[in-house]
Amino acid sequence: MSSVEMTSRAASKADSAADELPILRIVDVWKDRGRNTVLKGVHLTAQRGQIMCLLGPSGAGKSTLLRTINAIERADRGLIFIDGEPIGCRPMPDGGYVRISEGALSRQRAQIGMVFQNFNLFPHMTVMRNIMDAPVRVLGMTPPTATRLAHDLLVRVGLENKAEAFPRQLSGGQQQRVAIARALAMSPKLMLFDEPTSALDPHLTGEVLDVIKTLAGTGISMLIVTHEISFAREVANTVVVMVDGQVVEQGPPSQVLCDPQDPRTRTFLAGSIKDPAGDAERKLLNPD
Amino acid sequence: MISAEARPSSAELREQAVQVREPARIGRWLGLVAVALGVTWLGYQALTNPGFKWGIVGEYMLEGSVIRGVLMTLELTALVMIIGAIVGVLVALMRLSGDPVLGFVARSYVWFFRGTPVLVQLVFWYNLSTLFPELQLGIPFNGPKLFEIPATVAISSFTAAMLGLGLNEGAYMAEIIRGGLLSVDNGQTDASRALGHKPWQTFTIVVLPQAMRSIVPPTGNQVIGMLKYTSLASVVALGELMHSVELIYARNFETMPMLVVAALWYLILVSVLSAAQHMVENYYGRGSNPSEAR
Repeated sequence: MSSVEMTSRAASKADSAADELPILRIVDVWKDRGRNTVLKGVHLTAQRGQIMCLLGPSGAGKSTLLRTINAIERADRGLIFIDGEPIGCRPMPDGGYVRISEGALSRQRAQIGMVFQNFNLFPHMTVMRNIMDAPVRVLGMTPPTATRLAHDLLVRVGLENKAEAFPRQLSGGQQQRVAIARALAMSPKLMLFDEPTSALDPHLTGEVLDVIKTLAGTGISMLIVTHEISFAREVANTVVVMVDGQVVEQGPPSQVLCDPQDPRTRTFLAGSIKDPAGDAERKLLNPD
Repeated sequence: MISAEARPSSAELREQAVQVREPARIGRWLGLVAVALGVTWLGYQALTNPGFKWGIVGEYMLEGSVIRGVLMTLELTALVMIIGAIVGVLVALMRLSGDPVLGFVARSYVWFFRGTPVLVQLVFWYNLSTLFPELQLGIPFNGPKLFEIPATVAISSFTAAMLGLGLNEGAYMAEIIRGGLLSVDNGQTDASRALGHKPWQTFTIVVLPQAMRSIVPPTGNQVIGMLKYTSLASVVALGELMHSVELIYARNFETMPMLVVAALWYLILVSVLSAAQHMVENYYGRGSNPSEAR
C-alpha cells in the first residue's frame, strides 16, 4: 500500500502541471456485484495528458472500474472526479454528496469518451450518422459542422471512404476505428478504452492499436484497459496494475513491467509474458 | 506455372461439363393433381351452387351501409392499435423500469386484460352505466365534484368498442414491445449513455429503432387480427362491417351472400395490410443485411 502512495506521489511530482486539477481522481471506490465485491477501495489519479494503461488478470475489476468512471455503472461507495467535478453526484452544504438523476449525468458523460470491447456501433445508422449524431443532439452542433467534423475524424482513422457504410459491412478493426472516431467527435476531456482489441482477430489488432498510438501523440488524456503488455510498454506513460479489486502497483512502464515491486504484479506478469497463449485461454474460461 | 503432372491429359480436356439432373418428383405431381381437383371442385361449387347468389354479392359489395361499415372497421382498427401501441409502450417501460411499484402495476395490467375475454370486456364497458350511473371527476369519497356526465352519454357503442379492444390490445402490445426492447444488446444502451444521450434519447434514437425489427412482425399480425376482432363490436351494436352485413341479412334473409360480402372485404383489407407490413419490415431491417448495396 505504501509503495502505491509513494509511486503516485512520484508521478504527480514528475508532472510539470502538478498544481493543476488532475483530469481524473478516483477516491476509495467500492462496488459489489451480487455476492462479489468487484472493487475494493480503488484510489487512482491521472494528470491531464497522461496515458495510463490498466493491466491485471481477468476478473480484477479493470472493466468495472472503467464503467464506474462515466457512471455507466454506479459505484456503491467512493467518489470520482473528472477535472474536479464529482461524477454522478453533487456536493451538499453539509459536506456530503447526493446522487444526481440520469438526465443530469448525461451532461457529465458527454465529456468522457468511451470505446468498448464489442465496438457497440449503432447498427441501424450509417458510419457517418454514428459519428455525427451525438455532436448534433447532445452538443447542439449544426449538421453541416458535424458532418465536416465526422469526415475529418474518418480521415484520421483512415476510413474516409466508409462514411455511408453500415457497421455490419465493416471488419471488426474498421468498426473499432469508427467507434474511436465516434468517441472523439465529442471532444472528450478523457478517453476510456475498455479492452479495445480483445474482440478482434490477431491480424486486426494492429490497425486499432496504431490509431490509439497516434492519439497518444495529440495530448489527450487516456485510460486504457488492455491485455497487450507490449502495447502498454510502448504507449503508456503510467502503467497501473489491478489485482482482485485493488490497485497494487503503478508507475512508469519501465519500472512496473521490468522491475515490479509487488509480488502480485510479478505473478501476473510472469503469467502473461512467459505464456502469452495462456492469457487468451484464461479469458475463454473466465471472461471478464 | 502448372507442373507437368497437374496439367490435364488430352482425354480429360475433351470431357464436357455434365448437367446434373433433378430427380423426378412424383409426390409433387400427385400433390398438384390433388390440389387442382380440390380447387376445381370449390370453383365449381362457387359458380354453380345457387346458395351463393353472386348477383346479390355484387349488388351489396359497394352498397352504402357496407362501405360505411368498412370505413368504421378501418377507423376502429386504427384507433384501437394507436391506443394499444401507446398503452403497450407505457406498460412495457413500466415493467422494464426496475421500479417495484411501476412493475407491479404493469404486471397486474397485463394479467387482468389478457386474463379476461375481450368479448366480456366489450360488454362490460358498454354496460358501465349499471356500475357507475354518473362518471365524475372530483375528490374521491364524497368530496367536491369538478365534472360530471351520465355514463350512458359518455360510453357510446364506439367508446365501449374502443376502450374494450384498445385496453386489451395494450396488454398484448406491452408484451410484444417488452420482448423487442429486451432483444436489443445492452452494449447499445451503454454506448448511447456514454455519448451523453439523455434517457429518452437513448430510448428513441438507439433502442426503439432496433427493437422495431422484432416488434414489427408480431404487430403486423396484431393489426390483421384486430381488423377482424373489430367484428366483435357488433355485439354492442357498433356499425362496423360485420354489423352492417348482419343488419342487411336480418332484413333480406340472404345470409350466405352477405357473409361472402363481409369475407371478401376482410380479405381485401388484410391483403393491403400485409403488403404494408412487408414494406415497414424492409424499412426497419436496414443495416442488417451485410450484402446490402451502399
